[in-house]
Amino acid sequence: MYLLQGIWVTIKLGLIGWAMALSLGVLIGTIRISPWRWLSSIGTAYVEIFRNIPFMVQLFFWYYAGPMIFGESLQYRINAIIGLNYYVAIIALGMYTASRVAEHTRAGFAAISRDHHHAALSTGLTHPQMYRYVIIPYALRIIIPPLTTEFLTIFKNSSIAMTIGVLETTFMSYKIDSETFHGLESTTGACLIYLGLGLAVVKLMGTLESRLKIPGMIGR
Amino acid sequence: MFDAVGRNLPFLMGGFWVTVKLMFFALAGGIPLGILVGLGRISRNKWVYYPVTFYVNVIRNIPLILVIFWFYFVMPIIIGRPLDPFPSAVISFIIFEATYFGEIIRAGYQSVSKGQIEAGYSTGLTYVQTTRWILIPIALRRMLPSMITQSIVTYQDTCLAFVIGLPEFIRRARIVDTMEVRSIQLFGFVAIVFFITCYIGSVISRRFEVKEKEGG
Repeated sequence: MYLLQGIWVTIKLGLIGWAMALSLGVLIGTIRISPWRWLSSIGTAYVEIFRNIPFMVQLFFWYYAGPMIFGESLQYRINAIIGLNYYVAIIALGMYTASRVAEHTRAGFAAISRDHHHAALSTGLTHPQMYRYVIIPYALRIIIPPLTTEFLTIFKNSSIAMTIGVLETTFMSYKIDSETFHGLESTTGACLIYLGLGLAVVKLMGTLESRLKIPGMIGR
Repeated sequence: MFDAVGRNLPFLMGGFWVTVKLMFFALAGGIPLGILVGLGRISRNKWVYYPVTFYVNVIRNIPLILVIFWFYFVMPIIIGRPLDPFPSAVISFIIFEATYFGEIIRAGYQSVSKGQIEAGYSTGLTYVQTTRWILIPIALRRMLPSMITQSIVTYQDTCLAFVIGLPEFIRRARIVDTMEVRSIQLFGFVAIVFFITCYIGSVISRRFEVKEKEGG
């Protein structure tokens, strides 16, 4: 029963975090290749900072130090929010995964040859239109396979949220152990749950991939 | 500004040392086991291939934190008494990271084209010579950047040993934080230390990538 509650939280963490990571990650990946230096360096700094600090440290920083940044009076009000750890976990997960999505997005852009840019411009599209209608949809379809991996990773990383007390699957398996001493059974059960989740994600993304694949590219 | 860090620096750095030791043991065990796993994954013997593939696919789909827990619970059943957190964590890391290193090795091996191997044979080299002078140098050069990246990931992952109560870097930062209540500087300090070390690692990894490209 505990485990079932845990699955639901894991799925929610993963999906909401993923929605956030995807939108933020694509945005940052795009500004990293923008011609304006200051804008692209913001993107680079974001990616370097979030990728080079372990996720758990980020989580602890946002959870313990985050509220303190806002000063004394606001700090107590933020700490009083019910389910704060849950929100912090989603935000941290989203921001961390966004940096990884951004890297894949950039690689996707790099995979598109310059000819496409020239072709789009020569048909009379403006620069923003070229990105909006040609380059970004194109790049997004190229990076579906690496994004599948990230989607799997976000569920796995959501298990780290247990360290700040979010009641997800791993936390629940630990809780079962502390109440009944059946740690082996509960953790094995949790392993099976993650395997099932992983299979579901692979299945889903596989369907998406074959639906969206560009004819003649990413042949499998 | 970093007064709480300054007061507890020896204690914190002791934790950092535990983290480094953990990474060292994890790599010292994970890379050799990873080589075996990689060889198993390219083996033509199905009694080797399928069990190894099963092991890799299962472990890679489970969060590391759960592997650590599971191992921590399974050990008392096998040896009859609880294992200390440190060896327990090291063994879980080895089991976990070996699958990732194994996949890197497999990919590196498979990236060497058949033509190059055949060219080696056709110049009169023996099997051992071809492996020694053609296959290994090319595959190794291709694998090196990902190996370094995975080592950095291992280093970052060591902080998950936190969950079984190992007094490593973050656990100690947390202990100091409960006494001093200086979360921003303590976790900021941990973040900066990790950032600097990992950034250096990623710069090294990128250097090798560039070299590989120059070598054609």
